[in-house]
Amino acid sequence: MDMYREVILDHYKHPHHFGTLAKKSVIATLYNTSCGDTITMELLIDKKTKKIVDIGFSGSGCAISMASASMLTDTLIGKTIDVAKKMKTEDIIEMLGATLTPSRVKCAVLPLEVIQKAVNNTV
Amino acid sequence: MIDANTIKKDFPIFSRNINKKPIVYLDTTATSLKPKQVIDAVNDYYTKFTANVFRGIYTLSEEATCAYESAREKIAKFINSQKEEIVFTKNTDESLSLLSYCYLPYHVKKGDRLVTTILEHHANFIPWQQYGVEHGCEFRVWQVGIDGELNLKDLETLITPKTKIFAITAASNVLGTIPEIEKIVNIVKRRNPNCFVIVDAAQAVPHFPVDVVKWGADAVAFSGHKMLGPSGIGVLWAKKAILEEMPPFLFGGDMIREVHEKNTVFNDVPHKFEAGTPYIEGAIGLGAAVDYLSKLGMKNVRKHEIKITTYALQQLVKIPGITIFGPLNAAKRVGVIAFQVKGVHPHDVAQLLNEDNICIRVGYHCAMPLHEHLGIGATCRASFYIYTTKGDIDALVTGIKKVIKVFS
Repeated sequence: MDMYREVILDHYKHPHHFGTLAKKSVIATLYNTSCGDTITMELLIDKKTKKIVDIGFSGSGCAISMASASMLTDTLIGKTIDVAKKMKTEDIIEMLGATLTPSRVKCAVLPLEVIQKAVNNTV
Repeated sequence: MIDANTIKKDFPIFSRNINKKPIVYLDTTATSLKPKQVIDAVNDYYTKFTANVFRGIYTLSEEATCAYESAREKIAKFINSQKEEIVFTKNTDESLSLLSYCYLPYHVKKGDRLVTTILEHHANFIPWQQYGVEHGCEFRVWQVGIDGELNLKDLETLITPKTKIFAITAASNVLGTIPEIEKIVNIVKRRNPNCFVIVDAAQAVPHFPVDVVKWGADAVAFSGHKMLGPSGIGVLWAKKAILEEMPPFLFGGDMIREVHEKNTVFNDVPHKFEAGTPYIEGAIGLGAAVDYLSKLGMKNVRKHEIKITTYALQQLVKIPGITIFGPLNAAKRVGVIAFQVKGVHPHDVAQLLNEDNICIRVGYHCAMPLHEHLGIGATCRASFYIYTTKGDIDALVTGIKKVIKVFS
């Protein structure tokens, strides 16, 4: 099935940047109460360049939300926080490269929402 | 004995295929499917006697009133009560909230105690918890053991002269546990005759014979859509004296006898609680659902559910990596099984099962406190009814094996 492409299952089973950061600038957590997903994102941001130096994510969720989180960390490390702020639902769907049903779009977007919540806390 | 394959023929939805595959419906605990008899009854109201109830001096209105009120009579008989004691509401949640607005403020004071159980659906949990928070009452929750069962001995400490509300489910919508209502109410009333006992029967009335007189509770709530009826129609049963004593919930048409500039005389029960044009076709549909279930016989409904649940439990436990919650004895539960598949999030299980049109529910099932108490995350839930066949269970088992393969 398209939604469970090999690359998604691979990110789910072996997530990138899973864990906590020893040194971090911001942290945020969000819950998806309908399915019981919870994701925490920790970001280390370079104060001068506003670049995201490192991300660590933790929590639990479905394959879609976990894979989305894992791929998103790959995408955003090295980018500025403005890039993160400007990302939209469509960008996430494109990144996953999967056909998502409406109820699963929420799962896919949760990691981005957590990152945006975190970076919005920075001035 | 019920033949689910024959029963399926009464449900038009089963003639639908999605992607050329039949529907395997295992989510009756969320809502039941509707037989032709119920659909026809609702349709008859739309095509033969559409009119408002109680107020037309013409044949159509009289027929509508008669159908609406005879539905009330059927429902009353179905749970062994009187028609004056049947209040039509939107659903179980509204029935329970009605009590929290119309009974509690006049009987439950600061320092009193409200008790419910950890098995509850949020509808029978939040009203009492919130009342406690707002009015400075003590809110206590009767916990279950790892077997998902309530220990009757706990009532000795939970029910005191201060316990004014005791709210309990007659069947858990997650674990399927069936608390012994009659026995429990008896103990509660013996310890404190002034404790008001509320039973959430949303998962009970559709699945086994219910006799509210035998139960001995003060109020019972259930929904139409979980028992073959339309969604949007629910029932609050309460002893007549209680309904008469409570003030109205909503104001408007039909709930009054006289209205003057300075005062209003409210209507008799149950009409006092049914403001405005009611959900006429919903009530009529529920009446038809009750006819359908009565014809099958609720004892037979229960027998079929035990049979199919036994089969499901036997098949599911064989799957490596599956965890089943609640009692493993079908006689101790209604036809609902919550489970988890090792290494696969419930959402992914449901998503992949949907590939074969297998409909299950995943998440917390409106029972977050129970999931927290058990220390588990979201669960998958398959539930069964009169139209569930062994073939449906086999499809579920095959589907779960496919899920495991995708994630292995």
